Amino acid sequence: MRLFSQGHHDVSSRLVLSSFSAPMAVAVAQDTPVSRRLSHIKHIIIVCSGKGGVGKSSVATQLSLSLYTSLPNARVGILDTDLTGPSIPRMLGVDGHGVHQSSDGWVPVYADASDARLACMSVGFLLKKKSDSVVWRGPKKNAMIRQFLSDVRWGELDYLIIDTPPGTSDEHLSLLEHLNSVHDRLYAIIVTTPQAVALIDAMKCLSFTRAVNLPVIGIVENMSGYVCPCCGEVSNVFSTGGGEEMARKEGVPFLGILPVDTELVTLLDAADVTPRDGSEIMDSGSKGFGLVKRYQETTSAKLFKNVVDKLLRRLSAD
Amino acid sequence: MLAVQQPSSVPANAPEHCPGTESELAGKSAACEGCPNQDVCASGVTKGPDPALPFVRERMTQVRRKILVLSGKGGVGKSTFAAQLGWAFASDPDVQTGIMDVDICGPSIPTILGIASEQVHTSAAGQLGAMSVGFMLPSSKDAVMWRGPKKNGLITQFLKDVDWGVLDYLIVDTPPGTSDEHLSVVQLLKESGIDGAVLITTPQEVALQDVAREIDFCRKVGVRVLGLVENMAGFVCPGCKTESQIFRPTTGGAARLAKETGVELLGSVPLDPRIGKSADYGVSFLDECPDSPATTAYLNIIQRLKELLGDN
Repeated sequence: MRLFSQGHHDVSSRLVLSSFSAPMAVAVAQDTPVSRRLSHIKHIIIVCSGKGGVGKSSVATQLSLSLYTSLPNARVGILDTDLTGPSIPRMLGVDGHGVHQSSDGWVPVYADASDARLACMSVGFLLKKKSDSVVWRGPKKNAMIRQFLSDVRWGELDYLIIDTPPGTSDEHLSLLEHLNSVHDRLYAIIVTTPQAVALIDAMKCLSFTRAVNLPVIGIVENMSGYVCPCCGEVSNVFSTGGGEEMARKEGVPFLGILPVDTELVTLLDAADVTPRDGSEIMDSGSKGFGLVKRYQETTSAKLFKNVVDKLLRRLSAD
Repeated sequence: MLAVQQPSSVPANAPEHCPGTESELAGKSAACEGCPNQDVCASGVTKGPDPALPFVRERMTQVRRKILVLSGKGGVGKSTFAAQLGWAFASDPDVQTGIMDVDICGPSIPTILGIASEQVHTSAAGQLGAMSVGFMLPSSKDAVMWRGPKKNGLITQFLKDVDWGVLDYLIVDTPPGTSDEHLSVVQLLKESGIDGAVLITTPQEVALQDVAREIDFCRKVGVRVLGLVENMAGFVCPGCKTESQIFRPTTGGAARLAKETGVELLGSVPLDPRIGKSADYGVSFLDECPDSPATTAYLNIIQRLKELLGDN
């Protein structure tokens, strides 16, 4: 069988990897709708990974919950830029909520209800039915992300956590482009699992952050080991240690290891069951509180505290 | 509140409400004011079919079956399944199989097939060919920072310029989501005919929601859904042999989604740590661990797929 005999090497030599013509300028003082809207946000943390399903949204959610409880008055926002597969609404237990338009922009959904310290925005809130697919090419995704950054009434926030889709494409380039005016407040956290296939993509993600001059706070190794609930034996379902090794090799801080925690998986997955067609929109009311409380009881919350401590030390050092 | 854009071609520099270059309104709608492409669109030349289509059609006349492996969610085992399917098909000496990896930003197929360091590949027996952007990168560390149109360009090249030869099966492994790559593959292969899509999920609601969106996508673009595969369903502890649910099906798992959407559940594959290990080392799990319950599940699913395709 003859395969790929023609022109292959030509293609490879022509691969230009970056569509950025120049590295991003650091801290350009521009006055844009995005910079005005985000002017009262102290830190912006982008959670990324090259690979899908390694726990970006889970880490972003845990980060928001941990930061929420780190100070009694901490105000946290979480923006889900995974437009074709939004997971944040489900994980924060605000699945099925809608977004309201006010004279001052879109009002985010508050996961902690009336306390209004944990704001959340996702394309999931804009869909008529949960099972509606968002079939968009780049330009539409770009417009949506710009709107998320410029039209959402976040108000004052200590932390804005941005969850991203897998890859290094439209969403990521758009985010960095639109956030250029607040570049001095941007940070990234890279999530990986210990498997080789995930590490290769995490490495691509790290190369991306370097290309766009985005400071990386560190690498989190997720799904590292699973403790059998029956006998306590630790199985390395997705191997172990790869993320730490990568951090060491690349000279990037290592934030910690998170094992597979079924308690956490279930907590973030098991918001009250609503029909998938969205016919009944539930009112979870104060579930935000319940979620924070139940999260703090998990093993992951204790381990995640180390991640957050390292993060806070880094942010205060800047 | 949110208009879902119908699959259509929208250039990278288009305004956000671009009607699509093939639309009747191309160059004429309010959104077109000021767009650099307005004159071209208004002239009508863009309403014709993609000039690459005849070449793709020509190349695909030699490919009997085209199967997509899809999932809205990432990390659920799309590439692993695509590779297993490829190996399983290729185990028949009379069957030629190709795997096309259209995950441009995170290509996993080269690693999973164990050919990551190669530039161009045919297997020893010459029965399983693969094409991936992974073979074209100077180093696996390099990030492919491309927006949609460049990704679409490469996918078009994969379909028209790769000398696939005569294939019985072309398996297309896709990235998560329902965006550029998916639309491009579907549009380019529409004329040649896609035999169907296999949707991969895991038991959690977060994955099922994304897969429900993928089913919606398939229906919108008219691709037949062959069925649903549930990966990572249950884990047997190697120590005490007790089965536990790592990813608990809090909402009824894939079985419920299958029932709700009228899609066939092809099977559930339990989580076996050796699956991930095989993928990392680039060896076939089915060959390495024939005793695993996961192997049995995979083989049953592949058998059922052949039945559905009428290739028994």
